[in-house]
Amino acid sequence: MTLYIFYFLSFLAVLSAFMVVYSKNPVHSVLYLIVTFFSIAGHYILLNAQFLAAVHIIVYAGAIMVLFLYVIMMFNLNKEAEPHKDAYIKLAATIAGGIFMIVLIGSLKGVEHIENLNTPNQSAGLIKNLGNVLYRDYMLPFEMASILFLSAMVGAVFLGKNELK
Amino acid sequence: MEQQIVAQTLYGIPLNAYILLSAVLFSIGVLGVLYRRNIIIILMCIELMLNAVNLLMAAFGAFRGDSNGQIFVFFIMAVAAAEVAVGLAILVMIYRNTKNTDIDNMSKLKW
Repeated sequence: MTLYIFYFLSFLAVLSAFMVVYSKNPVHSVLYLIVTFFSIAGHYILLNAQFLAAVHIIVYAGAIMVLFLYVIMMFNLNKEAEPHKDAYIKLAATIAGGIFMIVLIGSLKGVEHIENLNTPNQSAGLIKNLGNVLYRDYMLPFEMASILFLSAMVGAVFLGKNELK
Repeated sequence: MEQQIVAQTLYGIPLNAYILLSAVLFSIGVLGVLYRRNIIIILMCIELMLNAVNLLMAAFGAFRGDSNGQIFVFFIMAVAAAEVAVGLAILVMIYRNTKNTDIDNMSKLKW
């Protein structure tokens, strides 16, 4: 049963990822990307990482996709304004990406079936356990992330200003 | 009881399947960066690649029963959010100056 859920979510993720690349309209690309993100959130739930699934949906589908849609809406991009490469570059890109995929998958060929190294900690993905680890072992990186966000916010506002004086 | 079900879930799916899925998603992201000219789509494909790596790290962490992997995924998400904010601000500035979103306009780094 869970294997079928895994196959379905994987198929959905890969298909919508292809549609992100190949759809002509940027708004459609964003919508397919939301489908990809939701299926990846489903994978997180399958991996027993509920906190990650919730954060993934909130951050990606809630914040980042709204930013993308807002920028597309502000630029008024549609199918006519979409720039296109010529066919040779598209062919070269497809061949290069395909060869990259073949190399990545082919490197897995000799790997034997990986067993669980130790009995998995079932509560590893719960908020209580993650919060303990985050605020005890990763206190400094957590605070650095807030500084990163502050600088990113200041940088975005500065770049978005109309005239730089 | 519920945790027993979740444990069986983890045993049912081999780790190789997650590695395969992440490799495919990452290569689709690379393909998109090479294939498209629109800067917004290229940013989206970068997000796709980051998500593939996140999924792989969460899978390894879950299979080892270790929560450190999930903490790292959390930090990667934070960095990705900051990256998107700054990238879209740069994109808005480019669009204001060149009036389109073609990446080839930026090949000279001046206008």
